[in-house]
Amino acid sequence: MNLTHYFSLSLSAILIENFIFVKFLGCCPFFGVSKKTDTALGMGVAVTFVMTVASAVTNLINTYILKENFAYMRTVAFILVIASLVQFIEMFLMKSMPSLYDSLGIYLPLITTNCAVLGVANLNVSNGYDFISSVIYGFSAGIGFTLAIVLFASVREKLEYADYPKCFTGFPIALVAASLLSIAFMGFQGLKVF
Amino acid sequence: MSAFVKQLKEGLLTNNPILVQLIGMCPTLATSTSLKNGIGMGLAVTFVLMCSNLVISLLRRFIPSKIRIAAYIVIIAGFVTIVDLSLQAWLPDLSASLGMFIPLIVVNCIILARAEAFASKNAPLPSLVDGLSMGLGFTAAISMLSAVRELLGSGTILGIPVFGSGYTPIIMAILPAGGFLLLGILIAIFQHLMNRREKKEASK
Repeated sequence: MNLTHYFSLSLSAILIENFIFVKFLGCCPFFGVSKKTDTALGMGVAVTFVMTVASAVTNLINTYILKENFAYMRTVAFILVIASLVQFIEMFLMKSMPSLYDSLGIYLPLITTNCAVLGVANLNVSNGYDFISSVIYGFSAGIGFTLAIVLFASVREKLEYADYPKCFTGFPIALVAASLLSIAFMGFQGLKVF
Repeated sequence: MSAFVKQLKEGLLTNNPILVQLIGMCPTLATSTSLKNGIGMGLAVTFVLMCSNLVISLLRRFIPSKIRIAAYIVIIAGFVTIVDLSLQAWLPDLSASLGMFIPLIVVNCIILARAEAFASKNAPLPSLVDGLSMGLGFTAAISMLSAVRELLGSGTILGIPVFGSGYTPIIMAILPAGGFLLLGILIAIFQHLMNRREKKEASK
């Protein structure tokens, strides 16, 4: 496990296998809170934070408590850990960093049902990452999510003024825009040299 | 009986989870690359939705409202584990191709949304029917999308070639970009039809 390994791991999580555009994880908040750039950024930061901490905690739980014997409990254990972690982070931020808490506001509790968080925990296990790789993977996946949602929000802000068929109003046109962004991200497949 | 039909119509058409409520996007986009995967995912979600709705409705007087979300998630996670392990045992091919999206049914918004909006307030039987109709609505929408994607992307339906050997598959349709685009077009067509129906009813 050298530096090149960590670099290619994070590059792959951010660009080549972007959670939203390639793996389809975390689409609900992606479409739900991408109407404005600043709220999208807030959501991205909150998700990155939770994903990093969740990767660390679930990795420890999987290695030291569940092991191979209780593998069937993985889904239940992970979702409980993530739900309580989000609750804990919410209380912690409310007490110690009220300004950050206010800006994240309603997005924090929503993260529990963001499948990108449970997805990253499951991927860490199925790819057999050790502790440090898990944390780096979780953090990079969060950065990739943030990048995608902020780019998409800025596209959507411009879409407000666009002229398109009436039946595409709202969600369908957002999906078409996401499709175009996804084509752009396909270009990063060429980076798979590492 | 009429209540049953009304609930079924709501799940399939007027309040379809994918086409109208616009929730549960991740599994819809990710597992709709072939019709077989789409139907498999739809039925797995339907099973979990029916079971969790029934159990949550039975327990609705015992679950304290402050920790209800956590309680719902544990119930849902239990049924998802059953589905996951059963598929691994009996349908290993399907389990391999749906991959990580089976355990991710836990965080599928449709299931938690129905638990919160319907099962926690209604008697067991209507909740079971609600789970069935929402699940079938999800299955119908994901099957439609995956049939189109498989037809364009591989030129087959359920693995059977349709266009003959001269057809060049539009690979884009089974790539992520095509998934976004085709779902967008599907929802746009649905919105168009619903708008026309509403106009017709209004002019009557």
